[in-house]
Amino acid sequence: MTTPDNNARRKFIAAAGAGVAGLGFTAIAPGLHLMAVGEASAATEARKAGTAASPAVRWGLLIDAGKCAPGCTKCIDACHTENGVSEKLPDPRQNSQWIRKIELVDRRNGKKTELPMMCQHCAEPPCVDVCPTGASMKRADGIVLVDRHTCIGCRYCMMACPYKARSLVHVPLTEQNPEVPRGQGCVESCTLCVHRVDKGQTPACVESCPEGAMMFGDLNDPASAIAKRIASVPTTQVRADLRLNQGVRYQGL
Amino acid sequence: MMLNPRHEEGFFYLLAAIGGLVSALGVGAALYMEHSGHVVTGMNNQIVWGLPHVVAIFLIVAASGVLNVASMGSVFGRKLYKPRAPLSGLLAIAMLSGGLAVIMLDLGRADRIIVAATHFNPTSVFGWNVILYPVFYGIAAVYLWTMMERRMYPWMKVAGFAMFIWRIVLTTGTGAIFAFLVARQAYGTALLAPMFIIMSFCWGLAVFLVVQSTMYAWNGLSLPPLVLQRMKNLLATFVAAVLYFTIVLHLVNAYFAKNIAFEYFILFDSEFAGMFWIGQILVGTLLPLALLFNPATAAKALWVNVAALLVVVGAYYQLYVFIIGGQAFPLDIFPGYDVKSSFMDGAVDHYTASLPEIILALGGLGIAFTMTTIGVRILHFLPQDDLAELEAAASATD
Repeated sequence: MTTPDNNARRKFIAAAGAGVAGLGFTAIAPGLHLMAVGEASAATEARKAGTAASPAVRWGLLIDAGKCAPGCTKCIDACHTENGVSEKLPDPRQNSQWIRKIELVDRRNGKKTELPMMCQHCAEPPCVDVCPTGASMKRADGIVLVDRHTCIGCRYCMMACPYKARSLVHVPLTEQNPEVPRGQGCVESCTLCVHRVDKGQTPACVESCPEGAMMFGDLNDPASAIAKRIASVPTTQVRADLRLNQGVRYQGL
Repeated sequence: MMLNPRHEEGFFYLLAAIGGLVSALGVGAALYMEHSGHVVTGMNNQIVWGLPHVVAIFLIVAASGVLNVASMGSVFGRKLYKPRAPLSGLLAIAMLSGGLAVIMLDLGRADRIIVAATHFNPTSVFGWNVILYPVFYGIAAVYLWTMMERRMYPWMKVAGFAMFIWRIVLTTGTGAIFAFLVARQAYGTALLAPMFIIMSFCWGLAVFLVVQSTMYAWNGLSLPPLVLQRMKNLLATFVAAVLYFTIVLHLVNAYFAKNIAFEYFILFDSEFAGMFWIGQILVGTLLPLALLFNPATAAKALWVNVAALLVVVGAYYQLYVFIIGGQAFPLDIFPGYDVKSSFMDGAVDHYTASLPEIILALGGLGIAFTMTTIGVRILHFLPQDDLAELEAAASATD
């Protein structure tokens, strides 16, 4: 799913970075390593405990903007309930928003559209490239995550994300969902409900949508419903010009 | 006017105490932010870097540039600059310390700073900087050693050259933090790397001139006119060069249809437009150039220092417009659409620094100030010019 030029670009950046590191100063960075990804057989159902995510799978979403009902926020409510995102700060700009509704008006013809926007789970995620500690990472099955143990809260990934998908936790947290660890001072974003996906379930937003506007599945599996739909109807990647190869696709834009 | 030695000593302790107090308050503000979370700052999920970053980046960029004074002597063999190299090295270490302290204390998880050293991502410019900064310290320390220890003199040129190369790399790394950002329209251009280097030359020299003049005045001395003239000419050249890069940056950006809205915003239609035209261009560029080129003011140390101070003031405006203004403009996620959401999509954001942020930022300046004050006191880095030799060198080159 990755384009050759993007692979070359990443290799180039990594080589340049390794060059800086290699100038005899690796001694101060003894933990020098690339994020290891596991090798496992393709898993399209629940992932067995103790097995790594499979690189044969590419989890993704297809969102039909034509079906997304104006004013409906069920996906947002479901996401934030599922993931324990409940803080309501005096300055709403400081609240975490893992998923949000965007209202669009086409400047050419005034056509109105609404759609949910969240982490686009890029194959070439800028947030992963810029993260100094490797906390921002892409799992083998394409899900982009933040390791809450190594995120130092520098917010460089928030500067780098073209979709404004990330939030910083601005306050101490209580009453978290045990399956979804969050933490003050760490950056977070949509996990594609990785804890549900690993149990063979679909993300909360997909499950909650009354219009059936969201579809979840394995983009790599030609037999999956999502892959079949993408093969049969015109779909869009947001800011496709950036060639980040997102796992979230839109229909009806 | 020379201070009475007893008064002079008291005055030194007073300055050191003020610097120490401001630094301590900065650390206190950081602890408060750490305890309460970034909710007590003016930063949010749209404007993620605020005033602390403006001040920190000024200090880091100027720290690299102030070493230009040393490089002029050691790498380019300019006699006038050689006696100034130790002071330039000290200022570099002091300012880098202040800047890095602010960056690190502003982290969402400042307590995990060690993770930045134990986990390294080679594709991250921030990751590169984690290596660039400590090595900068190391080379600067060795360079100072070669200048202060007679047995090490033969290594001074090598250390000076290494320092020169490393600070070019370091400032490229600082510029690349923004140059590598694809998401926001204010950034993402290779021009930022060389532009940051010329900004560092300019701001570093301006800071050096002010500190040098203060030290001379403290000791009842005045800067030799030849030294003043050379250094003010160099400053004027750097100020003009920064202006050149600023013009090219905006011209290129405005030429692309996709960026016209952003350029209009930053230059004409926002709270940042006034900061750009009055703060950066008028106060930070045109006024200093006028003072440095007007024969009536250019020969007087006072006016050259005023020009240098204005350059520093302009630098802060420039970084504020660049960093805060660049984030305040909404991301163009859906080109061709008008958008709105609960997350500031399509909307211009407004940022006001909160008190803890302001105190943290001042704390960084306090650290740089305290280290400089104590350093020049202990190490006797007042430049000692051999005027006869300088005159001879000047007449030989003229």
